[in-house]
Amino acid sequence: MKVIAENLTVARGERHIVEKVSFSLDSGEALIVTGENGVGKSTLLRAFCGLLPMVAGEVRVENGPPEASLAELIHFLSAKNAMKDSLTVAENLSFWKEFCRSGYAEPGLDPEQALDTLELAHCLDLPFGYLSTGMKRRAALARLLVVRKPVWVLDEPTSGLDARSVDLFSRMLQTFCEAGGILIAATHLPLGLPGAKSLEMKALTATRANDQMAFE
Amino acid sequence: MTSLFFRELKIAWRSGGGALTGVMFFLAVVTVFPFGIGPDLNTLARIGPAVLWIAALLASLLGLDRLFQLEREDGSLDVLLMQEWPMTLVVGIKCLAHWVVTGLPLVLATPIFGLMLNVPPIGIAAAMLTLLAGTPAITLIGAAGAAVTVSLPRGGLLIAILVLPLVIPVLIFGVTATNGAMFDPDPFTAPFMILCALTLFSAVAGPLAAATMLRHSAD
Amino acid sequence: MSDALTEEKRSQGFWAWLTGLANPTRFMALTDAIMPFIASITVLALAAGLYMAFTAPEDYQQGETVLIMFIHVPAAWLAMMCYSVMSLSALGTLVWRHPLADVSLRAAAPIGAAFTLLALVTGSLWGKPMWGTWWVWDARLTSVLVLLIIYLGIITLGRALEEPTQAAKALAVTTLIGFVNIPIIKFSVDWWNTLHQPASVSRFDRPAMDAAFLYPLLIMALAYMLMFFTLHLMNMRNEILRRRIRTLKIRAAEAG
Repeated sequence: MKVIAENLTVARGERHIVEKVSFSLDSGEALIVTGENGVGKSTLLRAFCGLLPMVAGEVRVENGPPEASLAELIHFLSAKNAMKDSLTVAENLSFWKEFCRSGYAEPGLDPEQALDTLELAHCLDLPFGYLSTGMKRRAALARLLVVRKPVWVLDEPTSGLDARSVDLFSRMLQTFCEAGGILIAATHLPLGLPGAKSLEMKALTATRANDQMAFE
Repeated sequence: MTSLFFRELKIAWRSGGGALTGVMFFLAVVTVFPFGIGPDLNTLARIGPAVLWIAALLASLLGLDRLFQLEREDGSLDVLLMQEWPMTLVVGIKCLAHWVVTGLPLVLATPIFGLMLNVPPIGIAAAMLTLLAGTPAITLIGAAGAAVTVSLPRGGLLIAILVLPLVIPVLIFGVTATNGAMFDPDPFTAPFMILCALTLFSAVAGPLAAATMLRHSAD
Repeated sequence: MSDALTEEKRSQGFWAWLTGLANPTRFMALTDAIMPFIASITVLALAAGLYMAFTAPEDYQQGETVLIMFIHVPAAWLAMMCYSVMSLSALGTLVWRHPLADVSLRAAAPIGAAFTLLALVTGSLWGKPMWGTWWVWDARLTSVLVLLIIYLGIITLGRALEEPTQAAKALAVTTLIGFVNIPIIKFSVDWWNTLHQPASVSRFDRPAMDAAFLYPLLIMALAYMLMFFTLHLMNMRNEILRRRIRTLKIRAAEAG
């Protein structure tokens, strides 16, 4: 399986945030997107997932399961955790396990096993809202394991994690890529993935930005 | 999809009993009316169905603003949008759960408030039936309003302004049918059928509009 | 334990004893000891009151329905007493910052709402044979209904604010505003009602109640009051345990 992004261009209002970004990833490959704050890393990832309309460019899949759309193949983790404070961690994960399951994919891990991978099994029956910031992020990462999807798109996955959790998470990513998963991650921290492709984003030219500032 | 339905019920129950708040608002509005109109029981009996309907209408609008806003704030909306389920169906299920939590308790509480307004038994039965048929329409049309205002921090008031004019027909036919059951020359069946038709129409139009809006609301 | 308690009481007076109760562990131990006692007195008083009520003579006007009075009137009294207890607790939270005051307020609210609802429902059942309708917008009934709404509002607010320390002040302020407002509501409703409709319905105009009714009524009131204190203490214990469970859960999350 292969995902290809060609000439992705995304605008906010009149202003282009992302211009002509292209990349292609085979099974088992990873792409690390870097760049300063505000250069449009999140925008690029959201557009890739189909959550933002593109001005130009396209994303396509080759040799993927024919019945699934691109969005269904992706596990997207934004800066937010997509978990409900009032539900327990187990309830949150079971819900996503049920809801995200689709015909082509094999079932993923149980919530308990998934949490165990991230050393969070003791929080299984606690309300999500009781967890600390780093633990919340780890619980959110466990969502990636309860349903198997071939593409992971992660926006700052390590924010709030301590060194030990980052280690656990890198190992989780390595396992995923070795099993043929495709990873796209925007991050500041090195994720310990040898052979990962990298894409450094730069702010669009200053003059151009100034022009637009006059209108805003 | 059943998992989404039960998740909604659980969240509503855990975060401060959604059903209780709606019924309490219903009670508060019904209580306020006699203060304005006067305690004469004959007057109250005559306008009782209208009071019940207006109170139920306002209570149904409560909490609509959070229907999609919470999902958006914690990032769940992205994940809901990206699965193989059609978003229209997702919105429909969310509306159903929301109605079970807010609309259904109002229907069940109607007899008590009907007694307080001195509405005769036949009128209470008719009010329950029309509310059962009509309040889903308010939720479904409201869902479209909730989707439009999903990214606005103070969407609650705006939803009321957007949705109230759209649900006027529901109110008209609901009250007409209830009055038809109570006062003899007026018909019950015809306005009741139109009310059901309105609900069926909104069951299609509401989720469709809401899903379209939500798909384009991401930023 | 109790020796230490009495010793402390003697040396520093009642105030210190009350402050000492702030320690929930001590409160739990104390209530644990007196609970069986107070619960059995409640049951006895209730049994005696109900027996006396059922053997009371029939009223020459109202017939058997007068029996409802023995359930209804004490419930209405307790509805108001419970709100006073809650207002005192609110003062305890705001002025003296007594940690148990908030627990007491929270624990009393559902009991007060239940008594108010009982008064309204029994009043309605009584009203049907007396006045021919389940409900009239009479000043007394309406103000009790408003009291019920205030109770429900306080309960909902308590449920909505999860963090206990944050909720304590909000609940206390709301309760006190309600307390100040209740007389105002009462007077305005009286005024409202007499403006529009001269009192067509009045009950218990007879200044002196027959002893055959008065004594069962007083015993029932006593039983209700004991029942309130029993339930209140039990609910306070539950609230303390609920908070401990919450703390344990948060600690369990941090332990990993």
